[in-house]
Amino acid sequence: MSAALLDLRAADLAAQVRAGTTAPLDATRAARARIADVKAGPEFLNAILHQDPAADSAPTDGHAALAGVPVAIKANFSTLAMPTDCGSRILEGYIAPYEATAVRKLRAAGAVIVAKTNMDEFAMGSSNEHSAFGPVRHPMDPERVPGGSSGGSAVAVASGVVRIALGSETGGSVRQPASFCGIVGVKPTYGRVSRYGLVAFASSLDHVAVFGKEVDDAALGLQVIAGHDARDATSVDRAVPDYRAEADRPLAGLVVGRPREYFPSSLDPRVVELCDRALDTLRAQGAEVRDVSLPNTDLAIPVYYIIAPAEASSNLARFDGVRFGPRTSGDGLTGMYEATRSRGFGPEVTRRILLGTYVLSAGYYDAYYKRAQEVRELITRDFTAAFASGVHVMLTPTTPTPAFRLGAVSDPYEMYMNDIFTATANLAGVPAMSVPMGRIGGLPMGAQLIAGAFDEASMFRAAYALERGLGAEAHR
Amino acid sequence: MAISDDDVRHIAALARLGLDPGRVTSLVHELNGIIGHMAVLQRVDTAGVQGETDQRPALIARPDARNADPLHRPLEAMAPEMREHFFLVPRLGTHDGEES
Repeated sequence: MSAALLDLRAADLAAQVRAGTTAPLDATRAARARIADVKAGPEFLNAILHQDPAADSAPTDGHAALAGVPVAIKANFSTLAMPTDCGSRILEGYIAPYEATAVRKLRAAGAVIVAKTNMDEFAMGSSNEHSAFGPVRHPMDPERVPGGSSGGSAVAVASGVVRIALGSETGGSVRQPASFCGIVGVKPTYGRVSRYGLVAFASSLDHVAVFGKEVDDAALGLQVIAGHDARDATSVDRAVPDYRAEADRPLAGLVVGRPREYFPSSLDPRVVELCDRALDTLRAQGAEVRDVSLPNTDLAIPVYYIIAPAEASSNLARFDGVRFGPRTSGDGLTGMYEATRSRGFGPEVTRRILLGTYVLSAGYYDAYYKRAQEVRELITRDFTAAFASGVHVMLTPTTPTPAFRLGAVSDPYEMYMNDIFTATANLAGVPAMSVPMGRIGGLPMGAQLIAGAFDEASMFRAAYALERGLGAEAHR
Repeated sequence: MAISDDDVRHIAALARLGLDPGRVTSLVHELNGIIGHMAVLQRVDTAGVQGETDQRPALIARPDARNADPLHRPLEAMAPEMREHFFLVPRLGTHDGEES
């Protein structure tokens, strides 16, 4: 058992296991020891909700792509071994009767699922302050947030427990914490990865997404879980290219767009400076950089915060104390439903259910929900036009600021504005990822790369080049 | 289209959420704060995409009323046959030969 195994890229660790120079469960035992590190481990940062006690004796395929690689999973993925509580009291102790397709694929590839991670309740939040099990703290400054809603998975990677973790995205819940924590976060195209077994929040926006310590870890993780699944009607039957083959491809011929709406005059000039340095890095490796326009970008947050709560109000109607989780008694059956739901859901989830119910109610449906769907179409068309003009990838900041302090943002809409640069890709369904590009005040900032639908390969090509070109500068 | 106290109580009932009466006023404030930012969408020209979104599968709407409680019906209505407060079920082949 050696902690050094956790510093290896996932592909290199798996290669050692396949070659027989490392035992299949050595890295898992090291990961469990790292979790228990009382001062810096993710248990201390409240990132881990559950551990699988059988993980370090689990049978693994020692010949597969992720042989012996420990992986952490967000608590909204169904797993047989640990609770799937979604960071909510209403599902406290709930054990799923089956496993999510993404989890099954990881296991089939030899990965060991070591832990389930903390999250904003039902994936609703941008700071990980909205978990029923307490906030997750930033690995570099415990007084700050790690981002959300997949903050626990981000911290598990950033604090060195795992090289790969699963998260989920509805408006930026992997890219934003990846940016805050100085790691890589990838949201693929809508339909690229099966969502079977992912607890639904907003079905037209939800994506399975992947954290990696480095670009190669994220590429390998996505490679394993991508592909068609007949159990998910939105899954697309389309060949999955070899993302890791993009690692050494030159950038000649790659056109990178700089969408002007992502660089408003209000943006911190230090963020603009880091993005321009990242663009220079890509240009120096042969890419062409062009200005582009996505004119409806500023409408993304109003659209998102109508559509997502509307879908959530429907999806979360199933949690009633009868079929899942603990029950609170009340006056008759309806009283029991109301007591269970009011006790089980936290304030942010309650707020969004009410907002969603309101925008779907008679008299407001056309004014809010229908109008939001129309503007969503305009946002999608912006991306279609930009990519049709010859741009392969766009580069933007992932977030307007680095990680903020716990409790610093109390106004709900101000918190929602954290998703301003990320929600567009969920609305349009295009792939996007965050890659470290530097620091502000010692805190990490990510560059966001956005590609056309099902063109994750171009996105990884730029991401590998950015990581390679910036080198240590990406973490200073 | 400001949201009122009555609106919050109404949508909470539709959403089967029991609200502490003391929470209603703060929710009115929070929801109006959020919904106020949505007004910008009313000014967007969407004439060119209205046909597109209409083509999507139609959502099934229902009246804004609490659903009737699906379990609030006589026990007899839940099974084809009852005797002495027990549901009668088809005889299983594995029970053949046992006393009925």
